Amino acid sequence: MKPVMEVKQLEMNFGGLKALHGVDLRVAEGEIVAVIGPNGAGKTTLFNCLAGVYEPAAGDIFIHPPVGGTRRINGLKSHKIAELGLARTFQNIRLFPRMTVLENIMVGRHCRTRAGVVNALMRDKKTCQEEKEIVHHSYGLLEKIGLSEYVNELADNLPYGAQRRLEIARALATGPFLLLLDEPAAGMNPQETKELEVLVRRLRSEEGLAILLIEHDMKLVMSLCDRICVMDYGEKIAEGAPAEVRANPEVIRAYLGEDDHA
Amino acid sequence: MEFFWGLFISGLTRGSIYALIALGYTMVYGIIQLINFAHGEIYMLGAFTALIVATVLTMYGLTGPAVLIMASLIAVLYAGAYGFTVEKIAYKPLRQAPRLSPLISAVGMSIFLQNYVLLAQTSDFLPFPNLIPEMSWMKPLTGLMAPTEIIIILTTALIMILLTVFVKLTRMGRAMRAAAQDGNMAMLVGVNVNRVISHTFVIGSVLAAVGGVLIASHVGRINFFMGFLAGIKAFTAAVLGGIGSIPGAVLGGLILGWTESFAAGYIASDYEDVFAFVLLILILILKPAGIFGREEIKKP
Amino acid sequence: MHKLKQSLFISLWFVFLTFPLLVIRVDTLNKVVEWRWRNMWYVAAGAFVLSLAWRHFLEKSGRVMPQGFTVSEGKEEFLRWVRAHTQIRKGGMVLAAAFLLLSPFFLSTYHTNVMTTALIYIVLGLGLNIIVGLTGLLNLGYVAFYAVGAYCYALLNHHFGVGFWTALPLGVLAGSIAGVLLALPVVRLRGDYLAIVTLGFGEITRLILENWNEFSFGPSGISHISPPGFFGINLGVRANTSYIYFLMLGFCFFTIFMVRRLQDSRVGRAWIAIREDETASQAMGIDAARAKITAFAIGAGWAGAMGVVFAAKTTFINPASFNFIESAMILSIVVLGGIGSIGGIILAALLLILLPEYLRVFSDYRMLIFGSAMVVMMIFRPQGILPYVRRSYEFHLQNDPTGQVK
Repeated sequence: MKPVMEVKQLEMNFGGLKALHGVDLRVAEGEIVAVIGPNGAGKTTLFNCLAGVYEPAAGDIFIHPPVGGTRRINGLKSHKIAELGLARTFQNIRLFPRMTVLENIMVGRHCRTRAGVVNALMRDKKTCQEEKEIVHHSYGLLEKIGLSEYVNELADNLPYGAQRRLEIARALATGPFLLLLDEPAAGMNPQETKELEVLVRRLRSEEGLAILLIEHDMKLVMSLCDRICVMDYGEKIAEGAPAEVRANPEVIRAYLGEDDHA
Repeated sequence: MEFFWGLFISGLTRGSIYALIALGYTMVYGIIQLINFAHGEIYMLGAFTALIVATVLTMYGLTGPAVLIMASLIAVLYAGAYGFTVEKIAYKPLRQAPRLSPLISAVGMSIFLQNYVLLAQTSDFLPFPNLIPEMSWMKPLTGLMAPTEIIIILTTALIMILLTVFVKLTRMGRAMRAAAQDGNMAMLVGVNVNRVISHTFVIGSVLAAVGGVLIASHVGRINFFMGFLAGIKAFTAAVLGGIGSIPGAVLGGLILGWTESFAAGYIASDYEDVFAFVLLILILILKPAGIFGREEIKKP
Repeated sequence: MHKLKQSLFISLWFVFLTFPLLVIRVDTLNKVVEWRWRNMWYVAAGAFVLSLAWRHFLEKSGRVMPQGFTVSEGKEEFLRWVRAHTQIRKGGMVLAAAFLLLSPFFLSTYHTNVMTTALIYIVLGLGLNIIVGLTGLLNLGYVAFYAVGAYCYALLNHHFGVGFWTALPLGVLAGSIAGVLLALPVVRLRGDYLAIVTLGFGEITRLILENWNEFSFGPSGISHISPPGFFGINLGVRANTSYIYFLMLGFCFFTIFMVRRLQDSRVGRAWIAIREDETASQAMGIDAARAKITAFAIGAGWAGAMGVVFAAKTTFINPASFNFIESAMILSIVVLGGIGSIGGIILAALLLILLPEYLRVFSDYRMLIFGSAMVVMMIFRPQGILPYVRRSYEFHLQNDPTGQVK
């Protein structure tokens, strides 16, 4: 299968601490891949390197968008990366609390639209058309995610599970080909987790997205993912199908050291 | 050569005052990440209180160093009280609010205090008596610097030493350092963070008041607006040295004092005040962490 | 009982605190000390009452677990009622419109001038709102852009005889350029640092204007600036005042119109997103640096325009009119009115300008009230007098969205 993203020998340091060391990762078109590992393994650091929050110390991150071509995205700014087609959610939900649910999603559409200050002031035909499309598209996403009842609510007022789904909808609005989900199931009860699993599968099948996620919920990971990548102490220690990874002695050793399991 | 020396001493003097005020800014920022805009006004209040007390005392017949000591003590006491009260009213209720709120509240408090003094007293410049007597041991130095300058420099040095001892060796000092590094953790190990914050404000205010009394004696007049400019410049000094760092505040103060003094002397004296701002903008662009500051790595 | 005891204690504390400054007044020239005991009783009583009220409202607003945007119910109900009863709204608007259009004819020149000043501050507030309210960047030196516009016109008029209408777009341009220049180094800075730098920028501007005599004529300022021309006819003072008033009225409506358009656009949403969460907004594809610079440029441009109008209105400017107090006043208008709220800003500007004019007892205490109001508003009602309500969208069953403003 054609890869949409390739990470090669990624390194990241914080002061003297090696947060990432020699990390390789591939995500192919339409794949759902999980990155798991004990706390502090470097998973979110990896995400932040991919999303442009940090510039990696060494190594390469290549993306291969469906439209064609290859791009090395090391050190690009977050907004440029989003424009190129990588969207992300955050470990601690980062919505826009004092905007409505619909507007949160509309903001996601920013990088796919063009209207500037002059357009905003003139409200010419093209701009009005664009605005209409933004609203339309966003509402469509809202329905797809199942949050249309909240359309005019302030994002702050939503229940937790809905907020997590809203973040996903907002990321979808950017029109990505690769979605990075940072602990999407954190704090969810089993019912909500099941719904999340269904949603992620639909995103892959209906939208053709590739999805990379960090998760601690092992049940979800085993059930949902095509491939799992295990990290510990900033390095990749295992990779493969869920069944393989579960039986891998390295992985078991890495986790047995932990006190808590998902 | 004499010109240079004059500028050097003058820079050292004003730098010491900036350092005293900057300490208050840096300590407060280190703990609650807030620029206490009202801090400059505490400095001003210290000077005013000292003037009022000194005048009343001299009116009732007291003279000599006793006046200086009484006036300074009472001014310092009041400054601490004001600092304590300002924190409780304007900042404590907003600790969990978005960052913009306490900032606006601080600006409001600053405006309030300026106008409070303006209305309570006067908008004129009030002459401030030189409370610092010329003492015998200063004789050999009188050619080089004025008695007030000597006292300012010595007092500031003394205070630095005392403060460093306090922060490094006492229980409260340790608590302050802990709270500055990680407030939540400090709370979890039993540090009463509210108390620490109050202490920080009080100490900072006391220092600013000392600076206020000293500079008022040196310059000879005070005005309700004196805290505004001094406050901004002292904040510049704190940022220059690395916000949150005590030695940084001192170093920053001295560097700012000398920069202003020499620039005003050799370049253009009219634009004296501008140098501080230009310096501020330059540091924030080039090295926002300051001299002793640590580069912050954001983890979203 | 406990509460009363606490308030008593607080009252005593404040008496102690304010004793030297409020009770004693020194006159070092005449060697007189004046003891104002009455003030002490005022403080005691006032502090007692206020502390009770403070505690009461603090509990009511749930400040222990503070909410940013909960609105007290009574007020909301009233506002909703007013909004719903379109008859009353329409009636009110007609009355207001009539008053606005006819006032120069029945008010004296002085009062018309006051109205014009209020209008100028409304526009300044709306301009600053773009930077502070929408984008969340605390700008404490907004007056610098105002000064740039004013001096732009004054100098061009003085040296080259440039007229008002030509200078107006130039003032906007000059203001915008100043805005961009300030924004460039500042966009990477954290909120608090940004505030101080903008403050510094405002002060630098004033200091340069005060000291660079060859350029700006220093503290004595520039006088004999031409008022706006009316098709070349020379108007008398009274007619001129009315002319400027109507000019500003038009400008005001124009500004409100523009700001509403901006708020409800892609650009406006980007600004608000940056204010709400900059990191998340960048992750969603918004170039935060560019958007912030744009916000500064636009906000500053407006101040530049108002500077030109101010210069033309007063025909004399000097650096003293462009100090921090001005910036603070404009900021108070935005904060008190409600960050982001057009109606609130208009109301706040009218209150802050007209009240001290017409209730003279207030004018001495004006800044004192501003300062304390800023603190009080941030604690009890951070959303301002008339909070900003985000736009609601209505959707029909066929998924055909139509927008309807609430």
